[in-house]
Amino acid sequence: MNKSELIETLAQETNLPFREADSITNTILEAMTNTLASGDSIEIRGFGSFVVKEYDSYQGRNPKTGQKIKVPPKKLPFFKVGKELRERVDKGK
Amino acid sequence: MKRSNLTRKDLAKVINEKMGFSQRSAEELVKNVFSSMKKSLTSGESVKLVHFGNLTVRKKAPRIGRNPRTGETMEISKRSMVTFKPSKGLREKINHNKR
Repeated sequence: MNKSELIETLAQETNLPFREADSITNTILEAMTNTLASGDSIEIRGFGSFVVKEYDSYQGRNPKTGQKIKVPPKKLPFFKVGKELRERVDKGK
Repeated sequence: MKRSNLTRKDLAKVINEKMGFSQRSAEELVKNVFSSMKKSLTSGESVKLVHFGNLTVRKKAPRIGRNPRTGETMEISKRSMVTFKPSKGLREKINHNKR
């Protein structure tokens, strides 16, 4: 399922025009993005949570050449699947 | 600094404030969006959201594990799990924020 299918489903189930379903979906995703961008986390019960992990800079190696490089500090978002979704996905229903 | 945690309710508030839906219908809309994603994942299909990231269902093969306490070997059954791969755009936004 991609974003436009998600929007289409929302439009059908709520009888809202596609354009409106589109801006609802984008508003949600934008709010989620902004939350993560400011380092905060997201917790959607039954679905899962997103947290940002921070990494310090470290000495790495280019695996191809073996050359030492300094990896700059970075932040990465992580998703932890919620209990309900995890169980449903595992059982396939 | 206290880290805040965005919930479904907060998302509904954003929909309510930005788009003028009542708080109650905004909550329904948010719930609907997440339950469609859940349905897709439950049926084994990934959810691809441009500019955000992809949620994929990965099947893990059964493997032999050990109970760390008793040392007993046992088979860990095959299972499916959901993994998230953030989009490049999301990763950049998270790293370029100078707040």
